[in-house]
Order: sequence, then structure tokens, then C-alpha cells
Amino acid sequence: MPITYTSGEQVEVYRFSIPVTIGVPLLALFLQAFIPLRFPRFAVYVDLPLLVTIFFAMARRNPISGLLTGAVIGLAQDMLGRNPIGIYGIAKTVVGYGASSLGVKLDVENPGARLLVTLGFYLIHSAVYFTVARGLVNMTVSWSWFHGMLAGLTNAVLGVMLYFVLDKFKQRT
Amino acid sequence: MESVLGRYKNLIWLVAVLFLQVLGLAMQVKRGASAGQDTRLIRVWVVGAVSPLERGLVWIQNSAGDIWHNYFYLRGVRAENRQLREQIEQMRLEQVRLSEDAAQAHRLQKLLAFKEQFIAKTVAAQVIGSSGMDSSRVVYIDKGENVGIKRDMAVITADGIVGKVLLVYPTVSEVLLINDPTSGVGVLLGNSRLQGVLVGGANGEVTLNGVMSDEQVPMGENVVTSGGDQIFPKGLSVGVVSKVGQGKDLFLNIRIKPAANLSQLEEVLVLLEKQERQAVADDRLPVRAADVLAQRLPSVPDKPAASDPNAATGTVGASKPGSNSALGTAKPASNASTGLKPGATTTPPQTSKTAANGQASGSVSVRPAGTSPATAGTAKAVAKPTPSDAATVGTKPVAIQPEPAITQQKPQSPPPVQPDSPPPDPNRPQ
Repeated sequence: MPITYTSGEQVEVYRFSIPVTIGVPLLALFLQAFIPLRFPRFAVYVDLPLLVTIFFAMARRNPISGLLTGAVIGLAQDMLGRNPIGIYGIAKTVVGYGASSLGVKLDVENPGARLLVTLGFYLIHSAVYFTVARGLVNMTVSWSWFHGMLAGLTNAVLGVMLYFVLDKFKQRT
Repeated sequence: MESVLGRYKNLIWLVAVLFLQVLGLAMQVKRGASAGQDTRLIRVWVVGAVSPLERGLVWIQNSAGDIWHNYFYLRGVRAENRQLREQIEQMRLEQVRLSEDAAQAHRLQKLLAFKEQFIAKTVAAQVIGSSGMDSSRVVYIDKGENVGIKRDMAVITADGIVGKVLLVYPTVSEVLLINDPTSGVGVLLGNSRLQGVLVGGANGEVTLNGVMSDEQVPMGENVVTSGGDQIFPKGLSVGVVSKVGQGKDLFLNIRIKPAANLSQLEEVLVLLEKQERQAVADDRLPVRAADVLAQRLPSVPDKPAASDPNAATGTVGASKPGSNSALGTAKPASNASTGLKPGATTTPPQTSKTAANGQASGSVSVRPAGTSPATAGTAKAVAKPTPSDAATVGTKPVAIQPEPAITQQKPQSPPPVQPDSPPPDPNRPQ
């Protein structure tokens, strides 16, 4: 039974087996690279590695673990693309840190909270990405609130369903 | 001190990890174009981890699709087969016409000393993955160094160009699509021959830069590669103009719809080898237009050769207006010239429409398509002119210089009847 306490001392901390720790991010990366071949708009609106980062960070509730998870997944995502390595790494590091820090202080077990948290972190991720890509790398990127909200909601809805599946792999410490 | 470190441990970790990444990013930005090569080794790890999964899933998907389509879902195949056969017949006829035009174009190119790039060797590859992000438009194909793929090789489909090879791994290659913001392709407009650079946009659109705003660019005009980028051979289809507007400064903003479906690529061709060579005229069976006319028109009995042989080319066209001009439109009007089988579907007489304007001498090389050297055996006596041969066109006799090379001409049908001239009768007294 998931604990929905908001006290820092009493929240449940989860861990995951090594196959899940490695396999789920890898699967997310694979699907993120493969699905757009059949559904081109998928890459525009969905960021599966981000959802996995948020999930692991919130479940472990350890900021260091969360930011390292985000950094590794983000860097791996960078390596699949053409852009300089580190843009997604920085963005997901921030998200991993934030999600795990939030998980310590707030109840993030119910679907409503997860929906809002995922939406919020998607926007944070997009903002960090936009800032780094434009400010540091001088890439041509554009910001659109409409697109951001639409993609954020899509990710949030998908995230709630994904978290429900990934909850099965949780192991209590 | 320890308490401070312990208290801000998480924050210190965050700053350290971010700092390292920013540092790495800054180094890549500073190195610019060479950064792609520097990070190749790092990218290999992720590509190596992900590509086997992609390759496996593509294989399963294709296998299941093949079984379904090849063994179960065969509805309409018979009708489709019949349509395809008809299409093949039509395309064969079209090929006859095009080969004639191509041969003539080659001759003209030879005259102008053009150099051509030919696609010498290609390898088919399957698209197995993408970058998975909207800002980076690359795809991965399932062929790499193992088949000889190298960086900067062109990638195309039957519809048009796709992109170029960016990074090559042992069994996988990364292809930069033409709609990526960092991509650039030298192109020219099909009709106006205006040159420009095709670049990708942030949202995946493709635009043509470098065309001045005072030029007229119609919608729907074809865009082909110019060959100037040294990656794509000249003349490959790129797309069509879909939108034209005023751009920055003095240039037009021309939106291009790519011919290849870049968002749903499945199989592509990688151009492994290009050959640049001098255009060679296909003049295996050179036959002058006047000689062709000479076979179809009533012959002239032996008489002394014309004193001015140079008058031949000029008088043929001039004396028979509306008919075949010796300066270009050698019109082999019957099936004999097109090489069609007697039972084949008839087509309008094929005219070599690209007039040989560059051949000022008038000796247009006409090679009837489909006429092979092997078919020439029985025609020697008919086609071979002698010094005494002359063509009567109108009222002025025209002397034809002997041309040994025309001995392989083989007419396969009777010469067309000239409405205003009597039937050919060599024995008829003049």
C-alpha cells in the first residue's frame, strides 16, 4: 500500500532492481527513437526519457540519485541526436534534482499530483532546454506557450499511465 | 566546515554536475564542426546500445508484415498485376522515346565538354531509428562501415534526396536529413535554373535561400540538386516549390515540399560511389538525317555527282518545308526507326525534339532506338549509300556524301507513302 504521507520522515523510499534501473531508461530511449519513425508527431509532443527521469527521481526521493539519473538519461538522449552533448543532460539534471526534492516534501503518489507535477516539470525542462540551447549553443529554437502546454498535458496524461505501470517495479527499502 | 558540506551536499552535487556538463558543452561549441568527430566515441555507446533493439523490432515488424501481405492479404493482386503489366508496356514505349532524347543530349553535352556525375554504386539500407527529438532531425540506418559507407555520402530514395551520412559506426550510420537546421544542399529550380541553397528550419520545414526577390518563382516548380555541394549528383529530385514569399533583405522566402517523405522513411539508398566522367556520345550507329530521308524518298538514277557537296545539308531542310530538317529534327517516322516490334502498341511518330542545334554541320546522328547491330545484316544493301546516291527533295537533287557508318541501318517497315510524290520505283525512267 503506497504511503501518502507528506512528512519527510515518514514518506516511503523505493528502490529498483538493476535490470529495471538500466532497462527502463534504455527502453524509453529506444521507444523515443523508434516510435517517431511511424508516428512523426510523437517526438514533438512526448518525451519518454523525461517521464522516466521524473518517475525514478520521485520514487527514490534522493536528490543526488535523482540528478544523476537525470544527467545520465539526458546525456544518453543527447548522444542519439545531432545537437551538442549536454543540452538535454543539463535540463534533465535539473528536473531530476527538482523531482526528487519535491518527492521528499510532497505527496506525489496520487494521479492528480502526478499530473500536475509532470506538467510543471515538463515546462521547467523546456525552459532550461530553451535557455541552454539558445544562450549557450546558439541554436535556432523557438518558444511557444501553446505548444508547451499542449505537450506538457500530453506528457502529463501519458506519465500518469506510465507511472502506474512502473509502480509495479518498485521495491521497498 | 563539515556541517556546511553536509547541509548543502545535494546542492553542491547539483552545481558540480551542471558545471561539468556546461563545461563539456562549451568545449563542443568552441570546437564547432569538429566536435561531431570528437564526440563520436561517446555516441557509439548509446547508439550501440539502442540500435540492436531497433534493428530487432524492425525485423520483427517487417517479417510480420511480409507474411501478412505475401500469404494472406492478396486481395486485388490479380487486377493490380494486370495494371502493372499495362504500365510496363507504356513505360517501355516511353523508354524508347527517352533513350532517344538521352542519346541526343549526351551528344550535345559532348560537344559542350560537359562533365557528368553518375551514380556508380549504391547500397540499400533500412531506417531503424531516429533522434527522438524535434530539434535534431537525424535517422539511423542499419548499414555502416561494414558495407563501405563513409561520412558525407548522399542518401536518397526513389522519390528524392533524403540527406547525407553524418557519422558512421560499424553496423549503423547516422543520416542528417535535409530538413535539419544544420543541413544545406545546393539546388536549382527546374525551369528557371536559378540556383540556391536548401536549408532546414527549426520546425522541420525546408526553405530555399539565395534567390533574389526580383526573380519569378512559380508554385509547383520542381527543384533538383545542382551538384555544387559535391555530395549529391546533379539532377536528383529534391521537391517542389510550395510557397513563395518575401524574405529577408533582397531574397525570396521559398518553401519547398520535399519529394521524399522525410517523416516516414523506411528504406533508403546510400550512394557509395559517384563517377565523374566526360559525357560520351552514344554514336554507335550514326546515321545522318539526310540518309534517313534518302531511304524513304524516291531515289534518283545514277547521274554525275553534284559538283558542290556542301550544298547538301542546306538544301534538304530548305527545299521541303514542314518536313524533317536536316539540322535537328531527324524524324524517323515509322516503326523502323523506333525499333518497335510489329505487334507492339503503336505510338505517335517519335521525333527527336531536342534539336541538334550545336551540330552545325548538319550531320545529325540518328540512332533509332532499339536498332541493334545484330539487326543490320539484311539491311546493308538497302541502307548503304553509294557515291551515286542522291535524294530528290522537291525539285532539287541533293548529293549525299558516302557514310560507311550507316551500313547498320535496318528499316523494319515500308517507307511512308508521300502524298505528293509517286511511289518509289527505281526502274522508272527519269
